[in-house]
Amino acid sequence: MADKISILIVDDEDSVRDSLLNWFLEDGYEVEAAENAKKALQLLEERNFNIILADIKMPGMDGLELHRRIRSLNRETIVIIMTAFASVETAVQALKDGAFDYVTKPFDPDDLSHLIRNAASQIALRNENEALKERVTTLEEVDDIIGHSEAIVRVLQHIESVAQSNASVIITGESGTGKELVARAIHANSSRKYFPMISVHCGALTESLLESELFGHEKGAFTGATFNRKGRFEMADGGTIFLDEIATISPKMQIELLRVLETKSFVRVGGNREITSDFRVICATNRDLAAMVRNGTFREDLYYRLNVVNIDIPPLRERTDDIPLLVNHFIRKYCTSMSRDLITIEPSALKHLEKFEFPGNVRELENMIERAIVIGNGREIKLKDLPLGAETPENSVESLDELEKRHIEQILLKYNWNISRSARALSVDRVTLYNKIKKYDLRQKE
Amino acid sequence: MLSCGSFDRGFLKKVSGAVEDEYRCQVITEECHLDLSPYYNPARRQYDGDRLLNQIPACTTSEYFKIIGLFRVDLYIPILTYIFGQAILGRQLAIASVFRLRNELYGLKQDDDILLSRTIKEVIHELGHTFGLVHCHNLSCVMRSSTYAEEIDLKGAALCPSCRSIYLSNPTLP
Repeated sequence: MADKISILIVDDEDSVRDSLLNWFLEDGYEVEAAENAKKALQLLEERNFNIILADIKMPGMDGLELHRRIRSLNRETIVIIMTAFASVETAVQALKDGAFDYVTKPFDPDDLSHLIRNAASQIALRNENEALKERVTTLEEVDDIIGHSEAIVRVLQHIESVAQSNASVIITGESGTGKELVARAIHANSSRKYFPMISVHCGALTESLLESELFGHEKGAFTGATFNRKGRFEMADGGTIFLDEIATISPKMQIELLRVLETKSFVRVGGNREITSDFRVICATNRDLAAMVRNGTFREDLYYRLNVVNIDIPPLRERTDDIPLLVNHFIRKYCTSMSRDLITIEPSALKHLEKFEFPGNVRELENMIERAIVIGNGREIKLKDLPLGAETPENSVESLDELEKRHIEQILLKYNWNISRSARALSVDRVTLYNKIKKYDLRQKE
Repeated sequence: MLSCGSFDRGFLKKVSGAVEDEYRCQVITEECHLDLSPYYNPARRQYDGDRLLNQIPACTTSEYFKIIGLFRVDLYIPILTYIFGQAILGRQLAIASVFRLRNELYGLKQDDDILLSRTIKEVIHELGHTFGLVHCHNLSCVMRSSTYAEEIDLKGAALCPSCRSIYLSNPTLP
């Protein structure tokens, strides 16, 4: 670590500069020296230093003023103020201004070593912190949203443009299209990224449970509330709350949610203290909220409050160009997590995947690839490893009419041409079935 | 090695022998009769290490690859309260003092073996700096930084493999 730390010594006394320069060189640091504040600022224009040791009493600009200038240039630099005259006032002022430490000349060698070691530790911690933040961001960034199709590029552009704002977002898309992933990408690219993103799956909770989950509860609020509990809105303070399946919440919860969104304050269940929280709301649904507003099952005011920005994620069948990329991504993901060598996919299997409808979207494709890696031969994913059904559109040359005819024939055969039972199985009335039999000229075989 | 403090011949021989073993070089010991009074700082009651370091080449008429002055007096440099020794990194000169290596200074019983061991380590350490070696994080390496006498006891008297390879790759070695 020592060889990476750079130190600048600023002192008008030659002997002090030379002694410290030599001392730090022996310690393996990268050192430069300046005889006054002006020279130091010139050096700082050319490069950065991790640590600056500045004398407090120098002709011209003194150490405190130099420190203020350094802080305005680079807040990361650690400044240690040195003085030959111990003065509590100047020490306090230096520390108030953000100096790392204050030392009186001459120093004990051990104190100097400790001082620099502490400063170096702080630099190392800060670097580590930066690296971790970077890693957290990278983990949740748009890298997880795979694809280069026009549709997905549009989604990525939306994410980029809305991330920095505080606007509420509704993410719409079929089940399995990656709505939560988009929400995470928005959060990870926003200024709220160092605060939590709290997810609530509204559809999985009853009204009373959702209320307690969102607002928290006080001890004794209801049977089983044996302790105080923070709600999700409180936990999301500074960050983002992601409300999945928003269309499923009850009319009562819709009113409560609207009030919270308007005031950013709420009361825990069973409590009477108003709690405020600064959160951003991102919602997701696979239903048509506008239609729900029209038929009166979703509040119009809440809809407009939530729907400041709408990001619609296309189903996988509308972006089949992305399937090869997604397949490779999932192969890499699961081979790595299973500690296996990377495998490939046979071209015909990939072709079948590109033709498949994927009603479960990307999630279904991901599950398919994971399953194929588990049950496959460990070298290549083959068509037989994929649960695509016996017939895929690639193999079928039949028209819709032909398919219908064959299906009706099979059902009639199964129910021994019992029209009532066959019609029930086909979910049509008897008249329709008779018409279809007539249309396709189906006859019972002897 | 310039003996600037009437050291016992046997003591000097052991120190120079250890240096020869470590750096595989010949060590010549010369007596130096430098008047130290100009280097004394009455306010600090110590001797100015910076000025002494610059003065030692004048104490010998011979040409040496490296010169280290061994003193008995308490050394300081303006910014530090004391030093065990100092050197100019990658250059010819170094100084060391036994003053703060003595057990008696810390209220302990005199121990000549400990003093010899500490002096050997300090001299090898300062000479290491003249060969361009910086402080090492290896606990047993003689180039580990020591700011207390007890810390000198914890490390060994030899270069660690890493410092040794840096020393051997020094292009200025004759």
